[in-house]
Amino acid sequence: MIDINTLRGLATVFAMIAFLAVCFWAYSSKRKKQFDEAANLPFMDEFASPNSANQELKHHE
Amino acid sequence: MSTATNHTEYNYKVVRQFAIMTVIWGIVGMAVGVFIAAELVFPDLSAGIPWLSFGRLRPLHTNAVIFAFGGCALFATSYYVVQRTCQAPLISNALAAFTFWGWQLVIVAAAITLPLGITTSKEYAELEWPIDILITVVWVCYAIVFFGTIMKRRTKHIYVANWFYGAFIITIALLHIINNMEIPVTLWKSYSAYAGAQDAMIQWWYGHNAVGFFLTAGFLGMMYYFVPKQAGRPVYSYRLSIVHFWALIAIYIWAGPHHLHYTALPDWAQTLGMVMSLILLAPSWGGMINGMMTLSGAWHKLQTDPILRFLVVSLSFYGMSTFEGPMMSIKTVNALSHYTDWTIGHVHSGALGWVAMISIGAVYHLIPRLFGKEKMYSTDLINVHFWLATIGTVLYIASMWVNGIMQGLMWRAVHKDGTLMYSFVESVAASEFGYIVRTIGGLFFLTGMFFMAYNTWRTVSESDPEQVRAAAQMA
Repeated sequence: MIDINTLRGLATVFAMIAFLAVCFWAYSSKRKKQFDEAANLPFMDEFASPNSANQELKHHE
Repeated sequence: MSTATNHTEYNYKVVRQFAIMTVIWGIVGMAVGVFIAAELVFPDLSAGIPWLSFGRLRPLHTNAVIFAFGGCALFATSYYVVQRTCQAPLISNALAAFTFWGWQLVIVAAAITLPLGITTSKEYAELEWPIDILITVVWVCYAIVFFGTIMKRRTKHIYVANWFYGAFIITIALLHIINNMEIPVTLWKSYSAYAGAQDAMIQWWYGHNAVGFFLTAGFLGMMYYFVPKQAGRPVYSYRLSIVHFWALIAIYIWAGPHHLHYTALPDWAQTLGMVMSLILLAPSWGGMINGMMTLSGAWHKLQTDPILRFLVVSLSFYGMSTFEGPMMSIKTVNALSHYTDWTIGHVHSGALGWVAMISIGAVYHLIPRLFGKEKMYSTDLINVHFWLATIGTVLYIASMWVNGIMQGLMWRAVHKDGTLMYSFVESVAASEFGYIVRTIGGLFFLTGMFFMAYNTWRTVSESDPEQVRAAAQMA
């Protein structure tokens, strides 16, 4: 028979494990390359065509 | 404007429509806000007309700024960002058009029914059941268009901004449907399916997550695209953005009970809400720091780019209000702050400082790109708008802090024999100066929006259909 306080304790432990798992997953060096790619998604359109690239560059420089 | 779209063209039409309506509904919603602020200074301003009474116009103000202004900004930017970062046009132009016209219909229905006094009386969920059904239909179509476009993406990854937009769309559907479970008795009257403390808890589970997912997750999606784009460099840490996403959505959903401290809600639920609200500081600031640090090495751009200034100052206000919020959720602080103007000040530091400013920055970024122009008609006018908005926000929140703390102290002050030192009306009279300053602050913010409307109108009218069509071409 599970006590309500045991359940609360388990829920806290589970949340902690889930948080650490997300951190390890996100900061694993295996995924560095794909995250760098993803981080550049907003900019991939800038050099896709001469027109848009010019437009963006003018704006930023 | 071009209506025909094909697979070599982004659907910018719906983005243009929502972007323009963001400006228009912003002016309408904020004008109503200034009017009701003035009513607190001049109580006879409504001239006895019931449609203009504070109690009826206040929900109109909140619905207009949150769902009309904020909603249109979210639709416009999410449709734009999902297309650009997925390198794919929206999956259905017809469904996208339906979401635009459906959403406008919801707003018009709100603008008619709320002044008539037709309301469910649930805060931020005042609209009656026929409008609730319309919202649900529009929202499901929005989800189909958004997630359908992600499924058809031509890129390998799903950019983090889309994760935030996606969480916002799913959670709002869930919140809206569950909180609006109601039993209709006539066409314009229904009663909640829940009762007592459960009804209150479900209402504030909804109410706080309207803040957490509509006014935060959605706008963080905006932040993760427009801050890097305007600064010209990728987000500071993509890894941090992933931890930020999961931590934020996992914790926000529990914070609602802090709206019900010292009520009939069970004590353990109140404490849970308080603790979760305190923990929320961590992911909130993680996101804020991620946005701010994106500018490292590019801070000089702030000197010349008022759009970037809007985006960065919005993050400052976000950091400030997400510190203030957890503090106010502490029960003993809440005992002082609750039911006072401090709450109103806190909300507006988030709503004006964070939500409105990041939306304004994003729309200034969008308008020239949507209409094939290099930049807005006048950068100087954007700068004027920036200062009006910043000064207006500071006046607003400072006056409400002073009023709120004063009210809280006056209400709890007692004589030695335990009788109250002040009557309620004395605290109202003492608040008058703060109400005047608040109205002026709101007027500043509203004036800035008129500058934006003029600037937008000049930019759009200088554009020709050829430029508009060229802007939407895919690579």
